[in-house]
Amino acid sequence: MTTMLPRRLGRVLFVAAASLGLCHVAQADVGQIKVASGQVSVERKGQSLPGRVGLVLEADDVLRTGADGSVGITMRDNSLLSAGPNSILSLEHFEFDPTTSDGRFDARLRRGTLAVVSGRIAKKSPQAMTVRTPSAVLGVRGTEFVVSVDE
Amino acid sequence: MSRLARAAGLFVATLLVACAGPKETIVLLPNAAGQETAVTVTQGERQVVLSQPYAGARLSRSGAEAFPSNVQQVQTQYGAALAAQPLPPAQFTLFFVEGKDEFTDESKRVVDTVFAEIAKRPVVDVIVIGHTDTVGNDALNDALSRQRADVVRAAFAARGLAADKVVTIGRGKRELAVPTGDGVAEPRNRRVEILVR
Repeated sequence: MTTMLPRRLGRVLFVAAASLGLCHVAQADVGQIKVASGQVSVERKGQSLPGRVGLVLEADDVLRTGADGSVGITMRDNSLLSAGPNSILSLEHFEFDPTTSDGRFDARLRRGTLAVVSGRIAKKSPQAMTVRTPSAVLGVRGTEFVVSVDE
Repeated sequence: MSRLARAAGLFVATLLVACAGPKETIVLLPNAAGQETAVTVTQGERQVVLSQPYAGARLSRSGAEAFPSNVQQVQTQYGAALAAQPLPPAQFTLFFVEGKDEFTDESKRVVDTVFAEIAKRPVVDVIVIGHTDTVGNDALNDALSRQRADVVRAAFAARGLAADKVVTIGRGKRELAVPTGDGVAEPRNRRVEILVR
């Protein structure tokens, strides 16, 4: 117990420091909306922004499309993500070093349809990009694919 | 058959639907560049690997089921998502005269192709990365590579591309296209890489 406590405290501090570090890197400008039609919105920090072509995206943004909506985004690492109608897509985590191509990209499709062309992050390291659905984790090995989640 | 029984029946049906849970489908598409690709689908402890074009997996509570998909099915289910796919980023290289921030005559023609690519996009962002060969020290080459990138930005601005759409970077002699020793005047290393997105 006496040795456990400081160790655990150390770990907590480490995690806190690491998350501070992440917040620091966390990335305004992770990508941009290049294509949008119909109803598209972006939720950011509790606010809803119109998802217009040209909008610069941030990590943690959640994109939503209406029944007539679709949206296409280009990420900093050249990944292309596009969602069809009635979709909810969150950009949960994005870090990218443009010099080395090191980074991490995790997106989540909560509902709807999504087409993915992976970019430099997945090319550099096959473990570095995932797309999550409600029940599965998709690992991306330099690839184009489509995903759907029906409710 | 009472109302109760009917209500019970309805309840069971609802439960079955709930158990089915969200249905998820994943289909691997052929890769435009023809490289080998795959998607791994991990559900708890289980993993399915899709490695052939149009290989599909359906996921439900009861587990993953592989199925062969095809162009028509993908078009029907994902047509809208695929139609919203942005144009893939396009890459170009301009070459420079030795020791100068002036691009070669041949590269002047490349600028036309760059602008054709820019014109295709409703909203564009351009990344311009300057490089040098290995003649001279780092300070000199860092400055020269930045200068080359700036010259390209200015040339683009002269043709109507707003400067705020362009990010310029200078990498000096750190990222050679053709590896050489130090002090080598290699024309293929005197370049600016342009990414149009």
